[in-house]
Amino acid sequence: MIPENVMNEPSWYESSARARINGLLDADSFSEILGPVDRVMSPHLALFDLPPAFDDGMIIGRGSIDGRSVAVAAQEGQFMGGTFAEVSGAKLVGLLRAVARSAGTPQAVSTVFLLLDTGGVRLQEANAGEMAVSETIRAILDVRKAGVPVVALIGGRAGAFGGGGLVTACCSHIIISEQGRISVSGPEVIETNKGVEEFDSRDRALVWRVTGGRSRVLLGGADAYVKGDIASFRKSAAQVSNSVPSFSLQTLEQEQERLEQRLQAYGGCRDTPEIWTIAGLPTPDGIADLTEDEFIRLLAKEGIRHDAR
Amino acid sequence: MMPDNLISVLFPEGHSLSSGAENTLSGQARSGGKDVEVLGINNGAPLGPETAIILAGHVLEIIKSNSKAPIVFLINTASQRMTRRDEMLGLNEYLAHLAKSITLAGASGHRTISVLYGTAAAGAFIATALATQTMIAVDGAHPSVMDLPSIARVTKLPLDVLAEKAKETPVFAPGVEPLAATGAVTEIWKLSDGQCAERLSVLLADEPVSDIDTRDVLGASRGGRKVALEIAKRVEDAFLHISVSEKAG
Repeated sequence: MIPENVMNEPSWYESSARARINGLLDADSFSEILGPVDRVMSPHLALFDLPPAFDDGMIIGRGSIDGRSVAVAAQEGQFMGGTFAEVSGAKLVGLLRAVARSAGTPQAVSTVFLLLDTGGVRLQEANAGEMAVSETIRAILDVRKAGVPVVALIGGRAGAFGGGGLVTACCSHIIISEQGRISVSGPEVIETNKGVEEFDSRDRALVWRVTGGRSRVLLGGADAYVKGDIASFRKSAAQVSNSVPSFSLQTLEQEQERLEQRLQAYGGCRDTPEIWTIAGLPTPDGIADLTEDEFIRLLAKEGIRHDAR
Repeated sequence: MMPDNLISVLFPEGHSLSSGAENTLSGQARSGGKDVEVLGINNGAPLGPETAIILAGHVLEIIKSNSKAPIVFLINTASQRMTRRDEMLGLNEYLAHLAKSITLAGASGHRTISVLYGTAAAGAFIATALATQTMIAVDGAHPSVMDLPSIARVTKLPLDVLAEKAKETPVFAPGVEPLAATGAVTEIWKLSDGQCAERLSVLLADEPVSDIDTRDVLGASRGGRKVALEIAKRVEDAFLHISVSEKAG
């Protein structure tokens, strides 16, 4: 059952990228860069008789949260699946490079928020999109090196798939809701390549058990879990401090250890309830059935932290 | 199986490379009188968590040794491994961890070069060859994001129509040439021309190398990505301008 006060809040999952930005930032604080009025559109979609969008599904700019200056980028999952492409990618990369360049100057921002909602690379521009993912990763790491945290917010309809899954895991801190999904190959892609026995993409419960927000935060693929309303995302985003891990040898050594241990402990498992059993969680078969409040209490009780990334 | 021919062509001055678990290889070699660390993935193996974590572990050990030695990656992988189990375990984190480790090596003063001699696709391409400062494609290299039949399925276009469109633009077609046009592949070498060892030692000698990502500059000059560089620059300028005007206001 969804509590009433949450039910009445606008949902992150249902909202557009612009509505998410408006709900995340202080009122009227958003200054968009290369917005729809500039009509910077994909030059490649015409070849496929597809309509372009005036913002190419990537909304970027700066604003504030509780008065702190921040940079923000949001993918519109309803346009071409929120994909990484030449224009959308260059907008994101340009923003990240500007943040790295301005670090330590009066123009600096305190944090970068990436509102990812993406199926991965846009196949109509596959090579440009692949490069955009690689350049985004490089630029995120440069921002982190400059001492500015990069925070991913995951809870959109398109999830964070393909290169979007890698980009997410390169961020300093990941906030996710139950609806958020993170993966490299999507269930449909695995089913197409390996058969329905390997992954039945129509089994929604299975898909969420493998890629969904609850499993990700329990296993270490996300750091903070929030209810699916925009206000909860905002509250969690406002709490991110500068104590998130820096991009350093020490952090990566800790991540190496964390990922080695995960593989050792759970490498033989086929489904998440097997993992939760080994991990000693109560009701390993019923994680999906817990209410949001019960799940959040479970997380707090287990004291689960995985922030070496 | 080790790529013996490639290794002997690149490192005629000698090496101590050996194959390891999960289709990896590692060791040291000499190039232009210099000690070079070499890592690799063999056999066109799909990149799963096990292979990624072994390679990342080697990279972190090299950074920790403080040698600042160049690292050459010999890449022949497939796509990321596509299984439910790997995704459940967080394959995205393992691939990102490998990309981060290679990027950290570059940022820590190690010259990082990938030599692509086989396939590399999608997430496996991003996590390995695309994470290095310089990518060399040699005989047998076939980088891709997705193969044309799969793109045809997703875009719902007949394969022959798609193949025809691929001739008009390098923006989506698989292969060395289109990916070189977008700035992914830095140089294309031919193993039989007798100059690869020399070329590699020249690349390794030009230090200190800047760790700035200039692949969009390359993509613009080669015509494979005509607008990315210009848009990124416009955004950078606008971002700095907004903050200045806010301050003034």
